[in-house]
Amino acid sequence: MKDAVHSEAEVRDLIDGFTRSLSGPDPSEAAGQLSRRCFIKFAAGAGGGLFFGIGSPTVTQAQPATTAAPAFVPGAYVRIAPDGKITLYAKNPEIGQGVKTAFGLILAEELDANWSDVNIEQSPIDASVYGVQMAGGSLSIPTNWMVLRQAGAGARAMLVAAAATRWGVPPSEITTNESMLLHSASNRRAGYGALASEAAALPVPDLQTLKLKERKAFKLLGKRHKGVDGLKIVTGQPLFGIDVQLPEMLVAVFQKCPAIYGKVGSANLDAVRRLPGVKDAFIVEGTGKPTEVSNGVAIVAKNTWSAISARRKLEVIWDESGASRDSWKGFSTQARELGKKLEGAQIVQAIGNVDEALATGRQVESFYTYGFVGHAQLEPQTSTAWYKKESSGDSIEIWAASQTPTNARNLLATVFGIPAGRVTIHQQRLGGGFGRRLVNDNVIEAAQISKQAGGLPVKLVSLREDDMAHDFFRPAGFMAFKGSLNDRGRIAAWNSHLVHFKSEGGAAVTAANWQANEFPALNVPRYRASQTLMPLRVPTGSWRAPGANTAGWVVQSFMHELSTAAKRDHVEFLLEVTGARHAGNTGTPPGRPVHVPERATAVIRAAAERSGWGKNSLPQGRALGIAFHFSHQGHFAEVAEVSVDAKKKITVHKVWVVGDIGPIVDLSSAENQCQGCVIDAISTMSLEITMENGRIEQKNFDQYPLGRMPITPVVDVHFLDTDYPPTGVGEPAFPPVAPAICNAVFTLTGQRIRTLPITREGYSI
Amino acid sequence: MAIDLDVNGKVYKADVDLESPLLWVLRDELKLVGTKFGCGVGQCSACTVHLNGVPVPSCQLPVAATQGQKITTIEGLAAGNVLTAVQRAWIDHDVAQCGYCQAGQIMSATALLQQFPQPTDAQIDEFMSRNLCRCGTYTRIRAAIKSAAGTAIATRGVNQ
Repeated sequence: MKDAVHSEAEVRDLIDGFTRSLSGPDPSEAAGQLSRRCFIKFAAGAGGGLFFGIGSPTVTQAQPATTAAPAFVPGAYVRIAPDGKITLYAKNPEIGQGVKTAFGLILAEELDANWSDVNIEQSPIDASVYGVQMAGGSLSIPTNWMVLRQAGAGARAMLVAAAATRWGVPPSEITTNESMLLHSASNRRAGYGALASEAAALPVPDLQTLKLKERKAFKLLGKRHKGVDGLKIVTGQPLFGIDVQLPEMLVAVFQKCPAIYGKVGSANLDAVRRLPGVKDAFIVEGTGKPTEVSNGVAIVAKNTWSAISARRKLEVIWDESGASRDSWKGFSTQARELGKKLEGAQIVQAIGNVDEALATGRQVESFYTYGFVGHAQLEPQTSTAWYKKESSGDSIEIWAASQTPTNARNLLATVFGIPAGRVTIHQQRLGGGFGRRLVNDNVIEAAQISKQAGGLPVKLVSLREDDMAHDFFRPAGFMAFKGSLNDRGRIAAWNSHLVHFKSEGGAAVTAANWQANEFPALNVPRYRASQTLMPLRVPTGSWRAPGANTAGWVVQSFMHELSTAAKRDHVEFLLEVTGARHAGNTGTPPGRPVHVPERATAVIRAAAERSGWGKNSLPQGRALGIAFHFSHQGHFAEVAEVSVDAKKKITVHKVWVVGDIGPIVDLSSAENQCQGCVIDAISTMSLEITMENGRIEQKNFDQYPLGRMPITPVVDVHFLDTDYPPTGVGEPAFPPVAPAICNAVFTLTGQRIRTLPITREGYSI
Repeated sequence: MAIDLDVNGKVYKADVDLESPLLWVLRDELKLVGTKFGCGVGQCSACTVHLNGVPVPSCQLPVAATQGQKITTIEGLAAGNVLTAVQRAWIDHDVAQCGYCQAGQIMSATALLQQFPQPTDAQIDEFMSRNLCRCGTYTRIRAAIKSAAGTAIATRGVNQ
């Protein structure tokens, strides 16, 4: 690899560019001069020190944030100042899943930094330096594990090389520990800061020659740590999108039609403009896409209360000629009819002759329904935008709590017709995401309102009613199952017909599609999955473990119906079905990844053992239920211990969660995610979003009662801590919870819950 | 209308609409953004402050009603750099996921422990059920409250 030392002028440019990027205009603009392809590092100003990044932006001045084929180019992650201060940059949005801390831990581990001296900061948003920055799909850790380890190890290697040069000893004789370099033979030591400037002047090592730590040498990873923003959170310091404050900032609210796709017919704008504190009120035409800008009335005021107060006096006549007329009653009636057919309109997967096998043996049929649910992240969506009209070309500066800031930047560029290089996103901490903020509608709307307000800085606040009404909901579904068992109590055939939704283009709506290789497609001798789609105009979107959060429930519930009909122990039945692919189904199937049999059976066995399945006698009136699901690369088996009272109130006393996600990064955060998934799943079992005449019926939390502290079971979390590559944990612990609970309820009462929300069957949590 | 507010032991002068909920005066006028907005209808308690030591949802409290009263927000709990036992317990137990509800949780928990210094599980659940946590950190909130109360849980990390 060629020498990558820069000239003094280049170094100055790089520092200036990077320093500017942290607080001001767009970094890719500032970095436009770079063209190197290898490691870069540069001294930090007159005081020296080491900045460490891998790779180099190959960017020209006007480059759009996504290049045609964005080869992932990792950027600057580590900064070591001469005084020893270490700053690590976390590139992905922090939504409560703990990646800001986790990314810092991975860097610090390979760097061999003293964790208590490390400061973690949110990185700039710049695709040319960091690649895609997003929080979703439980992908942060698996995608960035190696990149971060290389960044940390590379910085460490250069510090070692600098010490070797200074001390005149071979690098192999130097060890590192807790931000210190040590040559034990001569008893010399130095802090990282002392060697940082010298390290910055050395040639950069080839990434491929870096020696990464073995797992047994980890000092930080796998242990319980504390979230790096903990102090700020408990003392109420500004962190979230809604906390952004700018000088001269205005606050806006945006009233959209209660029925999606409705438009403003007329509004009392003049009267609203005269209300106290109001600066302006205007119609926003919208782009026609709810993912961008909807149609509605914006009120821009000097502060939040003036805006809210004025909105209460806003009167709008809506033109609903093109608006949604979606009706939950209509959907469920129609779906029940459609679901009577064994085979739906579209075959998703067909293996073997299902009909023949369904006609023989012990047959089981069931119809399951799950409703729409909303995201209800506790921080209502809030973005602050400053659309700047300049003679040299418009630019946009945004302070957003987005799960997809890279996408937000590109979308702003597209919608407003300006180069992405003139769009700056300052990523804020999210008060919850759950998939809602994968969609950047609030960001785009804030920019549009800022523009129409005359290019003033505007904070667009959503009220809870806005978030409830204009969500991208988890889609509902209606699943008709039929299965048959052979004379040995094994599944002979499995048929599923899912009635759900299509958008106007005819494709299944977002997050609704049934996967062709959905379990147990590859694990039974004959399998058919089909779907029939009903038109839906209410927007849908990814909701924690999209697809899996309902597939897990229906499949694992029906699986229990089958084992019950076969009079077999359910754990034994599950192990058999998950434990082997059916003879013909070898190789890698298309679609999402499927579970690895030995990893599945390992978590099932561990969950059974830890819960005392089949062994311990339970108190009177309690039963256990178990379920397994593989999603987001995580294998999870969970057991729930429940009781049910005379009024059908379900108490979940305890849940055992066993997961295999490979090595754990931050054990405390990983446990917190699993505890959170359990509580989320119990809460969501009793919730639904319904619509009539295109209007969402649940307006606020009094009508959408999220679970509170009393529903909380004891949660026992156990990770198998295997040697596979690490995968994420924000989502995969969610899907097994509801079926485990419903299976326990059946075991206890003989009543099978086939509706979510369970309240529709008279149950409560 | 110009009013004086006693917040965290300091007198602030603000020019406000008297009907404005205290929540928005704190956030927008006093720039104290630790108190959060979650629902605006008194359902989530993310906006909890103390009014003369009593926990109240500030989204439901017109600022006019707070004149002459002592208001305490999350920013006013710690004395200088010294965190309260509740705040320390929140950090020790790594309670937060997204963190958005936690200021309100801490304000409620602080009031709970003032009323019930050694609360039972039932008292904790009942008192704290006013506060929503969408991320589901109730397990850890219970544990942090018990630690702060001095009745620490036996094992850390499992079954909490």
